[in-house]
Amino acid sequence: MVTQVTSFSRNGLSDWLIQRVSSLIMLAYFLFIGFQIANGIDYTSWRALHDTTAMKVFTLLAIGAYVSHAWIGLWTVFTDYLTEYMLGSIGNVVRPVLQIAVVLTLVVYAIWVIQVIWG
Amino acid sequence: MLQVSVYRFNPETDSAPQMQDYNVDTGGKDLMVLDVLEMIKADYDASVTYRRSCREGVCGSDGLNMNGKNGLACITPLSQAVKNNKLVIRPLPGLPVVRDLVVDMSLFYAQYEKIEPYLQNNTPAPAIERLQTPEDRAKLDGLYECILCACCSTSCPSFWWNPDRFVGPAGLLQAYRFLADSRDQATDERLAKLDDPFSVFRCHGIQNCVNVCPKGLNPTRAIGHIRTMLLNRAA
Repeated sequence: MVTQVTSFSRNGLSDWLIQRVSSLIMLAYFLFIGFQIANGIDYTSWRALHDTTAMKVFTLLAIGAYVSHAWIGLWTVFTDYLTEYMLGSIGNVVRPVLQIAVVLTLVVYAIWVIQVIWG
Repeated sequence: MLQVSVYRFNPETDSAPQMQDYNVDTGGKDLMVLDVLEMIKADYDASVTYRRSCREGVCGSDGLNMNGKNGLACITPLSQAVKNNKLVIRPLPGLPVVRDLVVDMSLFYAQYEKIEPYLQNNTPAPAIERLQTPEDRAKLDGLYECILCACCSTSCPSFWWNPDRFVGPAGLLQAYRFLADSRDQATDERLAKLDDPFSVFRCHGIQNCVNVCPKGLNPTRAIGHIRTMLLNRAA
């Protein structure tokens, strides 16, 4: 049975709000990075940019937004299509396995990003 | 001659549904789709089964899928539904078929029941009716007109995938009809039952419901209002 145990915040309103706010953060981050690249970058300026505390916070905010956005979005897709209703009883195995795999992958990404910007 | 293809399925005798073709002489008239079904039933095949009642878009019995779009057969003219002289008639998608074009609406009604579609007010009833200002009454326009034909909910993919958890556009339009009613006092209780990830938030705003509503109503806008109320209540 599809339950909300694996949803991001266990609350529809909260998930919905996080989904929208996170999309704005990601948009701002990618526009900023795109703007930097369009203006021309080299190793020194790129390194200097990412060494600033503001940029580290911004990057961390962006990965946080990415993790929550992807978690909520994929949870929605999985609970739409990978259900007992769509796949038979195997759906109740496939869905939680994939949900856990997605969550673990996202957490690994987040740790990796932290390691890259503070390592 | 109009080529009409009708979805046929009798669970007692058929192992699988099939499409049956009829060539119907409409006499060049722009009939309603229901008229064509009546002609098929009278002149070709009396076993073709469908629901109909008022034949003027009020009762909501003959919601069908005509050339891929849900609507009421009684008020959908052939000129609107027919493409390349072909008319494909199927039952409303996503609900179990009882027979031919008749679907089991239990899930749809269960969602309607869930939103408690009646006025809740614990103050003693006045001698005359509970009055509203014209402005408060106007807030119910575009909501109360729903005839529960299920054209919207059965055109909604979110309702197809989670018909037991997502209330669906028809139910949510009615949920907002009571949330917006100045005489109703159960606003908080109603909202509390809607903020899980499924009931309201499975709506992704694709507006299939708006596209098919035979009464020209806008469930997506009502759902937006519910979201705003949920947000205001929580923030």
